[in-house]
Amino acid sequence: MAVKKISKVQPEKFEFNKKNNETAESIIKNYPSGKQQSAVMALLYLAQKQNDNWIPLSAMKYIAKYLDMPYIKVYEVATFYSMYNLTPVGKYFFQVCTTTPCMLRGAYNLVDVCKRKISEEENRLSEDGKTSWLEVECLGACVNAPMLQLNEDYYEDLDPTKLEQIIDKISNDEVPKPGSYRGRLSSEPENTRKTLIGNKNA
Amino acid sequence: MLEDKDRIFQNLYNDFGADLTSAKQRGDWKDTKEICGKGREWIINEIKASELRGRGGAGFPTGLKWSFAPKEVGSRPHYLVINADESEPGTCKDRDILRFEPHKLIEGCLIASYAVNAHKCYIYIRGEYFNEGQKLQTAIDEAYKDGLLGKNSAGTDWELDIYIHYGAGAYICGEETALLESIEGKKGQPRLKPPFPALIGLYGCPTIINNVETISVVPTILRRGGKWFSSLGRPKNTGSKIYCISGNVNNPCNVEEEMGIPLKELIEKHAGGVIGGWENLKAVIPGGSSMPLLPKETCETIKMDFDACVENKTGLGTAGIVVINKDQDIIKCMARIARFYKHESCGQCTPCREGSGWMWRMLERMAKGEATRDEVDMLLDVTKQIEGHTICAFGEGSSWPVQGLIRNFKDEIIERNKFDPIVKKQKDIPYLVDQHLLEKENA
Repeated sequence: MAVKKISKVQPEKFEFNKKNNETAESIIKNYPSGKQQSAVMALLYLAQKQNDNWIPLSAMKYIAKYLDMPYIKVYEVATFYSMYNLTPVGKYFFQVCTTTPCMLRGAYNLVDVCKRKISEEENRLSEDGKTSWLEVECLGACVNAPMLQLNEDYYEDLDPTKLEQIIDKISNDEVPKPGSYRGRLSSEPENTRKTLIGNKNA
Repeated sequence: MLEDKDRIFQNLYNDFGADLTSAKQRGDWKDTKEICGKGREWIINEIKASELRGRGGAGFPTGLKWSFAPKEVGSRPHYLVINADESEPGTCKDRDILRFEPHKLIEGCLIASYAVNAHKCYIYIRGEYFNEGQKLQTAIDEAYKDGLLGKNSAGTDWELDIYIHYGAGAYICGEETALLESIEGKKGQPRLKPPFPALIGLYGCPTIINNVETISVVPTILRRGGKWFSSLGRPKNTGSKIYCISGNVNNPCNVEEEMGIPLKELIEKHAGGVIGGWENLKAVIPGGSSMPLLPKETCETIKMDFDACVENKTGLGTAGIVVINKDQDIIKCMARIARFYKHESCGQCTPCREGSGWMWRMLERMAKGEATRDEVDMLLDVTKQIEGHTICAFGEGSSWPVQGLIRNFKDEIIERNKFDPIVKKQKDIPYLVDQHLLEKENA
């Protein structure tokens, strides 16, 4: 199980802004009446997005009231799932996949680049305070390994040089194009397609 | 080899675009009304005749699963849940279906919902697939606008609403009952079975849970007939399957092929061969990280289907093929997989919670050559004590890869860890935290 640390510095108050309030209301309607607890995961994610990519305790209390469920149940969910950040992370949050299929294709070289160019340790902000990185488990893009997730986007088919370029761009607040960095648009075999040949460039 | 016209996922490489217009040109939604018009019995029988087996890993016959749903809707509504929580290392097929063939999935949802009497369908997508989820949502919106979903879905007189539920990074939520817990807004810890979800599932109501790929092939099967599907592959292992080939190959790729295609053909032909040549092959994990690895000798001949894999003491799983060549340290690779399972164990059952970490620590030491000779047997013993002693199949999933390693590469482990079994000599090793080592120390 993953160990989750709760941030020591906590804002006192949290409240959804108007737009998120509307989104939350519409998400709750996706579930049968009386089962509004089902929306807790989506609401936590909304709170995380609204609060600079991390969830403070006050947000959990707010969501508990919002969904009429015990606070501890929200806390349980927030600490169970790994995508909820309970401490501040960078505005640009790199999550490097290092599970075996990525590792075989050199994911740890990407980790080295992150250590060198972002911060020595995982989950520590870079010097300019904008970026942080984390080693994560399989992100489900094994055919496009090695890859990483930057906020919500996948950057695939990477190598250390390309990652360095991405990080350089990020430090200038410029978000590079997501997707494969070897030019493919899907998970097709590069150059040597043996199937669906008639469809190519149709 | 499968001919191009028999491939179900024509847009696997996004040659056409995923929107409704181009999906319709490819034949999706063509005669959904007529298919549903033939009735539930016919649909389920046709799926049974096609011998379609679930593509999520366990390979349970889909038609049979659907027939478990109560025939009449009682006081509780029925639900259809689609498992798109694809997290098995080595597997990335559902991602391509979600982003390039969403209408196959949505049409499949409609037919399956009709067959199992469900008016609501939840698609559980892993949280990391945010962009893929957005693409699916766009496709769902398109379908609503076109009258393919909603009150009178595609003219079938059947009401269906599809909702997307995002996960948040827990591998265990790919287990069907953990997935249901997660939709209910709890932490994803599997439930005891029985009762099975077909009778008591989501919110205590009858629920049918299927993998994305399983549901996406359903419309094509019904259109072309169960007989056509069962003519591919061999009995009990029919149809086509998306294989994901990753790791040390020249051209890692997803490819749809006939069931039972030789593993060597997949690697050599579609994935451009092993890096360093076939002779450089060390081992292959054939079905996602949970399945025991295969040594090179077996890779020469094995055919990739459910039963052939079982005969070779492994499993087809999700058909996520991870190729490992001789430039890699096989023990380290498996130690990394053990770390994955240690990270993803939900913590509900003690053998799995404690055992997964125990296996990881032992393997890490074995990779460094810091373990003792007798620990290899102890590691095997630990895997046997996890396997079959947990609520869900995670126990098997975490212990099988380790068993596969020991079965095939025991000599290599012992070669590296030749130490005398007396632990006292090795006191300076900083990893002495495992219970069995502490006990010896106290003895």
